[in-house]
Amino acid sequence: MKAGAGDTAATARGDTVLAGSGFGAVLQRDLLLAFRRRGDIASPLIFFAIVVTLVPLGLSPAPDRLAGIAPGIIWVMALLASLLSIDGLFQSDYSDGVLEQMVISSQPLYLMVLAKVVAHWLISGLPLTLMAPLLAMMLSLPAAGYGTLLLGLLLGTATFSLTGAIGAALTVALRKGGVLLSLLVMPLYMPVLIFGSSSVQQAIDGFPVAGPLALLGALLAFALLVSPLASAGALRAGLQD
Amino acid sequence: MPDTPSLALSDLSFERDDIPLFAGVTVELLAGDVLQVAGPNGAGKTTLLRIISGALQPSSGVVLWRGEPMAAVRRVFRTSLLYMGHAPAIKAALTAEENLHWWRRMHPDANPANDREVLAKIGLRGLEGLPCYSLSAGQQRRVALARTLVSPASLWVLDEPFTAIDQQGIALLHSLMAGHLERGGLIVLATHQPLGLPDYKQLNLEEFAAVGVSPA
Repeated sequence: MKAGAGDTAATARGDTVLAGSGFGAVLQRDLLLAFRRRGDIASPLIFFAIVVTLVPLGLSPAPDRLAGIAPGIIWVMALLASLLSIDGLFQSDYSDGVLEQMVISSQPLYLMVLAKVVAHWLISGLPLTLMAPLLAMMLSLPAAGYGTLLLGLLLGTATFSLTGAIGAALTVALRKGGVLLSLLVMPLYMPVLIFGSSSVQQAIDGFPVAGPLALLGALLAFALLVSPLASAGALRAGLQD
Repeated sequence: MPDTPSLALSDLSFERDDIPLFAGVTVELLAGDVLQVAGPNGAGKTTLLRIISGALQPSSGVVLWRGEPMAAVRRVFRTSLLYMGHAPAIKAALTAEENLHWWRRMHPDANPANDREVLAKIGLRGLEGLPCYSLSAGQQRRVALARTLVSPASLWVLDEPFTAIDQQGIALLHSLMAGHLERGGLIVLATHQPLGLPDYKQLNLEEFAAVGVSPA
């Protein structure tokens, strides 16, 4: 690990130093930190897998019954797994003083927040999406739904990370923001959940899915514009105490 | 004199939850000046330093950098500032070298000295590759202080920089500060320690305590 760390430092030192290096600096650091604490990455995934494994046991192992609820179960679990991990997005940076350094640095906070969200998605949303087909198989999701499920989750988990960041930024200065965070973020998650799971259902039923997927894409584009701005503002306000 | 850095605090006051903390703080610093902010616990030393750093808005009054209100010259001001807060802003899971490297990427104008040599100079030779959680509190402070060696900033704002640092470290920090002042820098620091510098200004926040004084 020591040698690996030296390598990254050496290659990064060769980088041309640009004025907008805040994005890359934060993204690389957050990924490195996540790599150092691999258990933290695994826990939402394990939660996701456990719940999906338990559903057939608790409900019924009959494939036709499972197939009907599979899209909903997978989407709800993806939402909860994202919500579980977004809580700590800014927390450690806040408590060790790094957040304050980021806020007063000459780099744009918008890009640094975006970098943190991208890192969060890469270590939670993306692996979750990649795991989804396997879990869909365990819930006997009909074959027609796989493509839409994968594409929808790819768009949807990114939107979850982005909107969750606003809640995480708003509650960063509170000692116990967990419950408040869920209440704040849940309404914003709902459209994504509704369009996401209905797109899979429509694919299974043989209807065109371009509509709901386009809506998921539009929600992502909107969140991409608004969320870093809102989060950056919330972080600045959170430090005013 | 637009080229020499100067910092002025003009009639700064701060109140938290409608309780005034301090009021009427007015100081002017020119190149080569040091300001020691003193006062009992809870007098607002950290608050004042955070206002100077720009992380916190004062309730009234302005901070002037080179004669301009900070809000107007924020970008320039931020590249001229090295702020070390109460927390050392060190990532415990990263090594000393990675922490310094990250800080350097955040400040592209930092001087391009070799990270390992910088850490050796600050007394961390051989410890560059250890994760910071396995370093002592004083060593973690030193990791943060390594920034003073690579930062091009002309204004240092240091909150209790001597915390957890041994005698040699204190001497080292004094020599770093003396060098910075010789180059025409400015330093604002909060500490209870007497400073080993030939000449410095003092600001005792106790004298500006606004308790019992009606703001109106």
